[in-house]
Amino acid sequence: MRILVIEDDKEASAYLVKAFREHGHVADCAADGLTGYAGAREGEYDVLIVDRMLPKLDGLSLISGLREQKVETPALILSALGQVDDRVKGLRAGGDDYLTKPYAFSELLARVEALARRRVGPRAEETVYRVGDLELDRLAHKVTVEGQEIALQPREFRLLEYLMKHAGQVVTRTMLLENVWDYHFDPQTNVIDVHISRLRAKIDKGRETPLLHTVRGAGYMIRDGAR
Amino acid sequence: MTALAKLFRTTAFKLSAVYLVLFAFGAGIVLTQVGARVKAVLDEQIAQTVDSEIRALVEQYAEGGVRQLVEAVERRVREPGGSLYLVTSRGGEELAGNVAVPTNMPAAGGDLVETMYRRRDEMNETRHAMMRMFDLPGGFRVLIGHDIEDHEVLRGILRQALGVSLFWLFMIGALGGLFMAYRVLERVDVMSASSRRIMAGALDERLVVSGAGDELDRLATSLNAMLERIGELMKGLREVSDNIAHDLKTPLTRLRNRAEDAARSASSMEDCRAALASVIEESDGLIRVFDALLMIARAEAGYSSDTMGAFDAADVTRDIVEMYEPVAEEQGAILNETVEEGLTVFGNRDLLGQALVNLVDNALKYGASGAGASVDVAARRVGGNVEISVADRGPGVAVADRERVLGRFVRLENSRSRPGSGLGLSLAAAVARVHQGALRIEDNAPGLRAVLSLPAARMKGVTSRPERPKA
Repeated sequence: MRILVIEDDKEASAYLVKAFREHGHVADCAADGLTGYAGAREGEYDVLIVDRMLPKLDGLSLISGLREQKVETPALILSALGQVDDRVKGLRAGGDDYLTKPYAFSELLARVEALARRRVGPRAEETVYRVGDLELDRLAHKVTVEGQEIALQPREFRLLEYLMKHAGQVVTRTMLLENVWDYHFDPQTNVIDVHISRLRAKIDKGRETPLLHTVRGAGYMIRDGAR
Repeated sequence: MTALAKLFRTTAFKLSAVYLVLFAFGAGIVLTQVGARVKAVLDEQIAQTVDSEIRALVEQYAEGGVRQLVEAVERRVREPGGSLYLVTSRGGEELAGNVAVPTNMPAAGGDLVETMYRRRDEMNETRHAMMRMFDLPGGFRVLIGHDIEDHEVLRGILRQALGVSLFWLFMIGALGGLFMAYRVLERVDVMSASSRRIMAGALDERLVVSGAGDELDRLATSLNAMLERIGELMKGLREVSDNIAHDLKTPLTRLRNRAEDAARSASSMEDCRAALASVIEESDGLIRVFDALLMIARAEAGYSSDTMGAFDAADVTRDIVEMYEPVAEEQGAILNETVEEGLTVFGNRDLLGQALVNLVDNALKYGASGAGASVDVAARRVGGNVEISVADRGPGVAVADRERVLGRFVRLENSRSRPGSGLGLSLAAAVARVHQGALRIEDNAPGLRAVLSLPAARMKGVTSRPERPKA
């Protein structure tokens, strides 16, 4: 995946570039808004990471400028301003996701991968998700393990649907709260974990290698353990 | 800027200068009009006198010819008064009268004209007069007129009066303007001196309100109200920073100690990793506290209205209850919900969600520890408000602590041993304030009931937008 980090703080951008490379991605950085704008227009990037406060051209203007030029590369906004209205402004300007500083790198990585996947993946149109012997039929609202149907609550179904849509990717607690419950705040407590463990009890029951994994310090991932 | 220059630049002085010019212009017009009227009246009088003289002399001439005319003229000349006469023969010879032949004779038979003349007995002095000439049969010409030198004097007096009054008008106006400007400037100076002192740190000082109820008083009252508000905000800010100093230093110290301990005594990579993980966890907790604090402070300063909208509080309540049901179940408690339909409020759904999460979390943490414990969540309409209550059957909060528990970082003694930042209730209270509502802490007998009371959005129709509350 090719990532452009537009961030004026040298240390922060060096840290991000290094961390992304360690995870096998190609990352470039731009130190001000104009360079970033030019880079984003010309370069073939999969995801842009844009700081809100940038010299020469601020992050929101940069993104809305790109959108006017029909550059639709997904953009994740990084900001020290974490309030509800700032997030709304960021998304209104054309950003695809919003993360408040300070952030955990695992959270950022998970979100960036989800953004890139959203762009590439025709998965959104798929009606049946499969991970190992677990099958989720989005139209029939049916979940089966080895062909045997298991009963899920509506919320559990949506939780599993989101996890399976991002199979093989780390999904953080905040992402789950945002996408499954549609609330944008820090869950603070272990409330998401409890839902996950309920779901896990239903789909991983009696399995030797579980499908639903906890990724320490980051979140959860569903993948076929056999592979 | 010198004091005088400052005085000249005041609005009061400029205003009085403008009025002064307008007034002088008006006075000029009035006095000129009076002058013109007086002259017209006097001219009319002279015209009448001259006309009657002419009639009398024509009669004399008709009765006794030139001789009687000359006699009549000579008789009249001897009488005192300003009347002027001259009778000439066909050849231009002066027959009678008291005037020398004027240099510019009025045309015969014409109207009364103003001209200059010299008396026979004072040949070196020219004077103003109104004169009229007419012809008699036989080639005689008679010039009759009236001296108007005293008119000129009157006009002079009027002119002088105009000058003098204008002079005084200007003097009084300018001085009065300066005086008024000085009075206003004095008060403004007092006000700006006060504001400078306030800026320099005397935050409790207020601007003087004279009690006259004028515009300066109104301004001072508004500014005082503004200062009051700024003072409140400052106080809130100071409270926040005091709290931060007080309560964030503890976790920071813990963080530092762990890092130091790991740096000093960790012997393996494993130890280092574990220490770093705990450091990260600790800093995440700190970040959460910061976020909550910022949100509370922001809520207290007022929220921007473009992220506010109408939404159904019943949905949010159900969502949060559903979200916490497994948590309750895990600790052996029951979460009951009683939610009415269609509780539209105006505000921010995420904020309300977070507030409810805090309340439910609190209730489960502190009020539902034993097996079989229950927490009741209810949302209903009470009058013009939507009330969402979260009630537990735990130990509750003593009456004396109910107000205090909404403050930042307040943790009651029996909860100190459990995890928490002491910000949950104050955040919920701040969210209530953002929605123009309030958070009440009540006795659930036994237990604690926290009630979020928010004004219901007024729906004027099914589709119309509810009115926005004032920010």
